[in-house]
Amino acid sequence: MSVKFETRDIVVPGDLLYEGRIRTGENTFRSEGNVYSNKVGLVNYSKDRVSVIALEGTYTPLVGDLVVGMVSDIELGQWVVDISTSVNAILTMPDAINKSFRTNFDMTRVLDVGDVVVAKIVDLDRRRTPILSILGRDLGKVHEGFIMKITPSKIPRLIGKKGSMINMILRGTRCQITIGQNGKILINGRNREDEELVVKVIHKIETEAHTSGLTNRIQEYLRTIKEDRN
Amino acid sequence: MSKTTKKKTTKRKTSKKKWTRVDGRKPDELRPIHIESGVIPNADGSAYIEMGRNKIIAGVYGPREMHPKRFSKPNMGILRCRYHMAPFSVDPRRSPAPSRRDKEISMVMTDAIEPALFLERYPRSVIDVFVEIIEADGGTRCASINAAAVALADAGIPMKDLVSSCASGKYEGNLILDLGDYEDKNGESDVPVAYLPKNDQVTLLQMEGIMTQDETEKCIELAIEGCKQIYEIQKEALKKKYGMVEATEETEEAPEEEEPVEEAEEE
Repeated sequence: MSVKFETRDIVVPGDLLYEGRIRTGENTFRSEGNVYSNKVGLVNYSKDRVSVIALEGTYTPLVGDLVVGMVSDIELGQWVVDISTSVNAILTMPDAINKSFRTNFDMTRVLDVGDVVVAKIVDLDRRRTPILSILGRDLGKVHEGFIMKITPSKIPRLIGKKGSMINMILRGTRCQITIGQNGKILINGRNREDEELVVKVIHKIETEAHTSGLTNRIQEYLRTIKEDRN
Repeated sequence: MSKTTKKKTTKRKTSKKKWTRVDGRKPDELRPIHIESGVIPNADGSAYIEMGRNKIIAGVYGPREMHPKRFSKPNMGILRCRYHMAPFSVDPRRSPAPSRRDKEISMVMTDAIEPALFLERYPRSVIDVFVEIIEADGGTRCASINAAAVALADAGIPMKDLVSSCASGKYEGNLILDLGDYEDKNGESDVPVAYLPKNDQVTLLQMEGIMTQDETEKCIELAIEGCKQIYEIQKEALKKKYGMVEATEETEEAPEEEEPVEEAEEE
């Protein structure tokens, strides 16, 4: 019954986190009665459980997530969308077209291979393939902007507590930013400079995601860059 | 008769005292190791290792969709390792085409690393590990496994433990740890071992050459001791990537006024 690290210490796979009975949180596993980490991350001990906040990781799809993906293939009645998961997502025609259609409908009129879409995961089927939908506000094919990739495990940090971080960036740069939970960020600004500013800030957030007091530091960073520009 | 044998023994004794390894190391000393993680920006995870004069770079991609699809398994993921020596990594230059040796080591690496992964979490997909030998100096398969393990952890792939690997062997009648190229080629025997320190599990054990049973057992123990040392270096390498930012940025900062990671909320 003992704690082996302090909260917010960096742990690596195989590190013994806790000896004895405790609930295992995310990114941990139990072996021979003890709890170990299975990812690189920051350990977090709470009253009745131990968990690890991953610093690196691939995206695991969850129902309700907003994702940015690219159409990689067209099959019979469905599009295959690459959302950088281990299994490609499926977008069926009823989830993409909001009116009746005939079976001989030309699917490329809605989405073609190579198109980028903002979509929502509506379901995971019985083989755990993500099912997407582009019916809804702010969803669908993307016409302008560019995509930036960051580690998916750092997305919550980019959004911040109740969106504090992202709202600050939005105010500071006046760009449209769509954050896909799969680590793809769609950025669309009025001019190139604003967009580059967003890229710089997001890079800074990504490299310093594990440090505390980040929101204040980013605010300062935004201000200094802007002053330099003027 | 007895005189001659006596002479021989004394001679051997003096020679044994003087005996040193080719590069002046102690018998149970590793070569200097340097590991760096996150060296390839476009890969999901990567690592670079220098183990003596070995220079090896490893990249991890995935878990991702497997192509061709018929090789994927419906109940679990697949680990695919590719070991490749650059043409300029050895003297004389070698053909860049994958040789029999490359294929064997690829297979051996896969088998050594697989027990450390939770592959059942990624059905129908594949984790690709590409290992490129830039400079070879003996014991590349062990160094490759070390680099691949760090790269996998850097990619955020769930692992039971890091895999450490180290060779031991016999050279001029002495049991030694971590053979260099010369000792490897001119020695009597070579035993590469891969090891999971947490579970005390050996995942790779090969042997080349001739040794007695007793010597073999000692060799394996020696190699495991080496693996444990390497394990600590691997851990350090993974932590180093984050330690640097913390050291420069987080001095005298107001600590803990926000939670590390909040529940995701859409803007």
